[in-house]
Amino acid sequence: MNKIHEAFKNRKAFIPFITCGDPDVDTTKAAILEMVKNGADLIEIGIPFSDPTAEGVVIQGANIRALKGGITTDKVFDMVADVRKEISIPLVFMTYANVIFSYGAEKFFDKCNEVGIDGIILPDIPFEEKGEFLDVADSHKVDLISLIAPTSDDRIAMIAKEAKGFLYIVSSLGVTGTRSEITTDLDSIVKVVKENTSVPCAIGFGISTPQQANEMSQIADGVIVGSAIINLLKKYKNEAPKYIGKYVKEMKEAMD
Amino acid sequence: MKETKGRFGIHGGQYIPETLMNAVIELERAYNHYKNDPEFNKELNYLLNDYAGRPSKLYFAKKMTEDLGGAKIYLKREDLTHTGAHKINNVLGQALLAKKMGKTRLIAETGAGQHGVATATAAALMGMECVVFMGEEDTVRQALNVYKMRLLGATVIPVTSGTKTLKDAVSEAMREWTSRIDDTHYCLGSVMGPHPFPTIVRDFQAVISKEIKEQILEKEGRLPDAILACVGGGSNAIGSFYNFIDDKDVALIGCEAAGKGIHTFETAATINTGSLGIFHGMKSYFCQDKYGQIAPVYSISAGLDYPGVGPEHAYLNDIKRASYVPVTDDEAVEAFEYLSRMEGIIPAVESAHAIAYAKKIAPAMGRDKIIVITVSGRGDKDCAAIARYKGEDLYE
Repeated sequence: MNKIHEAFKNRKAFIPFITCGDPDVDTTKAAILEMVKNGADLIEIGIPFSDPTAEGVVIQGANIRALKGGITTDKVFDMVADVRKEISIPLVFMTYANVIFSYGAEKFFDKCNEVGIDGIILPDIPFEEKGEFLDVADSHKVDLISLIAPTSDDRIAMIAKEAKGFLYIVSSLGVTGTRSEITTDLDSIVKVVKENTSVPCAIGFGISTPQQANEMSQIADGVIVGSAIINLLKKYKNEAPKYIGKYVKEMKEAMD
Repeated sequence: MKETKGRFGIHGGQYIPETLMNAVIELERAYNHYKNDPEFNKELNYLLNDYAGRPSKLYFAKKMTEDLGGAKIYLKREDLTHTGAHKINNVLGQALLAKKMGKTRLIAETGAGQHGVATATAAALMGMECVVFMGEEDTVRQALNVYKMRLLGATVIPVTSGTKTLKDAVSEAMREWTSRIDDTHYCLGSVMGPHPFPTIVRDFQAVISKEIKEQILEKEGRLPDAILACVGGGSNAIGSFYNFIDDKDVALIGCEAAGKGIHTFETAATINTGSLGIFHGMKSYFCQDKYGQIAPVYSISAGLDYPGVGPEHAYLNDIKRASYVPVTDDEAVEAFEYLSRMEGIIPAVESAHAIAYAKKIAPAMGRDKIIVITVSGRGDKDCAAIARYKGEDLYE
């Protein structure tokens, strides 16, 4: 077990997401520092990909802006190395299989160790394909985080049994993005998860308001928020970090 | 690493979000059941023959053969099938399968619009709802096909993300599928995407090579020396190759869209210029940069304008059973005009890529040699765009 479990110790974890390099790496770094200052327990850092098929329009936009701004996987590693000097909470990457594959998995996970990345979320690597990166991730002690979807049904136990780090429970059908209502029977999913693993679970997709964060934190061990933060970046650009800090604080308080 | 499902050598697989996993498992299960079901096959054969007009003709292109002065050239006339392209073969199969699975809605991506028109056609025939995703740029390049799809009762959604072409239409159709699975089948148009699509689409397209084999044996009493087909995702090519894979003396040649040339960035020749990657549900070759960002590919042909290639083609390339050659826009346009004048057959600009390569190799082959070129579609849809390419101010 690596340090991801610390994020869930004796509290509900608030997990904000940010696309690295949107609009530039300095803003990403400043936003991460604000998140930590205001109570983020774990941060999910997106390495941009040209064709993020699991993302809704908001995070697609962040990927495009970041890539237009010249972000590369190497620059993401540099940013993490830099921000790591000032923060100690667990950090995970969220990206797509091709980003790691093209970089070279061995080299990619070496760099993760070097800069202090604790886990990785790959929405296009389902249970059946995790062998693509599992051995190299394990040998580097980086947790390959599994996802469970509203359609997982008979697959939940199988996925939960082999889960590492934390389990990412996708709240709704479709892609990322804010939603006014979450209708999935998350209680039942979490029940099966808990029967099969002691690894904590966090709910993401569609969560943006403090009220939703409160509701979800009663069901699961943590809450993941992405698009709402990207919307702040889109609106305030390099002024966004202070608004993000304020938002993280509100969300975290709603979960206490 | 443990071998996973749907592999062609190292290629293929199921690199998709967890949300879709049960959907592809359900599809695989249904396909494995119905592919051997006599009733299903009877219904499908009826549709292919009486509705789509199969078998398609294998036509001896006498004038072209004489003009080039080398190998005998036969054209496999998929352009004569209903809706004007081979796409209907796969769509009728998938739509029938979806119907048996209890689905009431088909979604599809389309590049040139041929697959979209075929899907809209099958949906109309079978009384299903239909939504087609098409890159905004392609809706302009292929405006007539957009109208046809609407006429057939489909909703066409112009895709404005990314490069606004086929790649983005696939991404958007996948996103749509993750949001609505219960009543919806994603009718993927090529031998790509996650397992079981590359296998299902190949099997439904394999009727092309099955017929070629029967027809050429009847006409020539022997197998051809080479089979040529254009390759974007690669569905008409795999359909043309499949029943010849074990016939080692038959050369299988896939013609990729080189756009402005394989040494420029404006190309879509994936096997010639790409590298191994993971995208759109599969491991295969992709045009990408060193960080794995998918490249904004280019071809005059909206149907070949795709940065990846089906995993079985990637495998046939690896084991050197098939070869993949680049053909530029200029060469394809020249062949488009050539076949029109020489044989009175206006080919799709996609198919013109295969015609162009045949023109290169046929003269050097002996007169006792035989080439079969699959004319995957008809070129009506391309006339306005080619006219503009040649400097004429023509709009549909």
